[in-house]
Amino acid sequence: MSVQIWTYVLVAISFAIYIGIAIWSRAGSTKEFYVAGGGVSPLANGLATAADWMSAASFISMAGIISFMGYDGAVYLMGWTGGYVLLALLLAPYLRKFGKFTVPDFIGDRYYSSTARTVAVFCALLVSFTYVAGQMRGVGVVFSRFLEVDINTGVIIGMIIVLFYAVLGGMKGITYTQVAQYCVLIFAFMVPAIFISIQMTGNPVPQLGMGDTLADGSGTYLLDKLNGLSEELGFARYTDGTKSMIDVFAITLALMVGTAGLPHVIVRFFTVPGVKDARKSAGLALLFIGILYTTAPAVSAFARTNLIETVSDKPYAEMPEWFTNWEATGLLQFTDKNNDGRIQYLADKEANELKIDNDIMVLANPEIARLPNWVIALVAAGGLAAALSTAAGLLLVISTSVSHDLIKKQWKPDISDKTELWIARGSAAVAVVIAGYFGINPPGFVAAVVALAFGLAAASFFPAIILGIFYKRMNKEGAISGMVVGILCMLFYMMKFKFGMFGGGEPADWWFGISPEGFGMVAMIANFIVALTVNSFTPPPPPEVQKIVENIRIPADAGEAVSH
Amino acid sequence: MTSQQKAKAYWKENLKYLSILLVIWFLVSYGAGILFKDLLNTIRIGGFELGFWFAQQGALYVFIILIFVYIRLMNKLDKKYGYDK
Repeated sequence: MSVQIWTYVLVAISFAIYIGIAIWSRAGSTKEFYVAGGGVSPLANGLATAADWMSAASFISMAGIISFMGYDGAVYLMGWTGGYVLLALLLAPYLRKFGKFTVPDFIGDRYYSSTARTVAVFCALLVSFTYVAGQMRGVGVVFSRFLEVDINTGVIIGMIIVLFYAVLGGMKGITYTQVAQYCVLIFAFMVPAIFISIQMTGNPVPQLGMGDTLADGSGTYLLDKLNGLSEELGFARYTDGTKSMIDVFAITLALMVGTAGLPHVIVRFFTVPGVKDARKSAGLALLFIGILYTTAPAVSAFARTNLIETVSDKPYAEMPEWFTNWEATGLLQFTDKNNDGRIQYLADKEANELKIDNDIMVLANPEIARLPNWVIALVAAGGLAAALSTAAGLLLVISTSVSHDLIKKQWKPDISDKTELWIARGSAAVAVVIAGYFGINPPGFVAAVVALAFGLAAASFFPAIILGIFYKRMNKEGAISGMVVGILCMLFYMMKFKFGMFGGGEPADWWFGISPEGFGMVAMIANFIVALTVNSFTPPPPPEVQKIVENIRIPADAGEAVSH
Repeated sequence: MTSQQKAKAYWKENLKYLSILLVIWFLVSYGAGILFKDLLNTIRIGGFELGFWFAQQGALYVFIILIFVYIRLMNKLDKKYGYDK
């Protein structure tokens, strides 16, 4: 069977499974819609969290980005996993004990203030919308490349699927579809990785193959070979990278703290029955995420070596079929600058003749390694699973923020549970349409902003939640001013250095040599300092709030998630 | 012990565990993977330079282990203070 037919078959089967699960797990109450009734097992929640977490970016782009960044790629590997340690140790158990539906719920109650709640809702919407637009785009890209439909048609098909199970099933539907999506995506990622590892090094475990000798019998280690090839072509040694140490430090920390502050991740820990389950599911989630995240850097190293050996200084006329296939998509571009008919792939921008898009490394890898057609099709299904699962999780946060945090808690507290459920469904539907619109007409800044969503989460939520749990004396004045200063700081730096506003600036002008991606660290520190300073000049929180804090620190009597 | 003293003692032990685990968390990632990477890169294990290995592999394994150690410690602590029901 051809790749095309295989792709249609696998994508159709996986979609049928997702829809079947959605019908089976419809939500009947707001509690089911918001937190899946609070009865999800730690294993299911761990799987769902992993799928929720691993987006189109993790699945399609990350290994490719790392293969161009070498050592520097560690910022994503450590940054997007280390946050789970913070989540498991510092946030999840306590937020579960607190037992409400959303992050703004916690902020609003802990800081006894609807202003704090509103600020938190605003941050949650900002973070989630920037993030979801990128996911819908990812869906469109996978459709257009593998099924040869128009990108826009792809986005619309994706919208209909997500609409179906997010609107119908809410958190309950999303959770169980995400369990299925995790299985699809991890299988789709691991199969080609194992094949390629065996081809390159003879070792079936990619994590070990990366440090093994090449299978060509030369006895050379793969990474030594790659370092040599990179230096020959004028690139930095693969295991060294090019970023400054402080920037690597800052980006890693901003991503870790941002991960721990992302509302769509935190909210997953409200769905388990108790504190003990919240801890356990955080551990399982990281285990499941770790499988992909420790494999990805191996794929990066294999793909990079493979690519250089295939194209560097080889005649263009002798390129294999995949080369021309991907040239047609525009993701691979060859211009024969010196007219010698050979491909010069060099670090020097003037002499370099080959432009390679990050995404090719994962998407084209199976073709480059000449794997069977069904494996290539599997990658398409996996990419869709990754994009859809994350999009659904984000859409839920958006709809909950509107129906629960804004309408129920602030505007019309007297609506019935049934009405609230319908409002939640309605806002999920509206959010899908808006996200789809941005997927079809991506504003130029989407890609840039997705990475910065972490900075925004790090600068706003993380300090407020941590102080709320670990510092009983923390009051609303401090928390609100901290969040506002943190998020403004981050927005300012982002606009100045990413979009050229406020006079713009070059990398040489970065404060402390820290890039906008890493600035979340500085904004977070600013948040902490402002919050603690303001706190020390303003009255302590009322005794009943201090009681809440004492209560969430103890795991017993976690109770069910309650709505009021 | 009154229930309040009990809660206080539990929280103190919890904080002790947290600080130890977070120190390890910091050391493997920011320490071995970033700040002391170049030093560790002089040591090799198979094809891996050690600093590079921590940054792209080792830190991640330790993260996973840390959470499971935390789960174990806390389950024991909950039992000790009778918070496990």
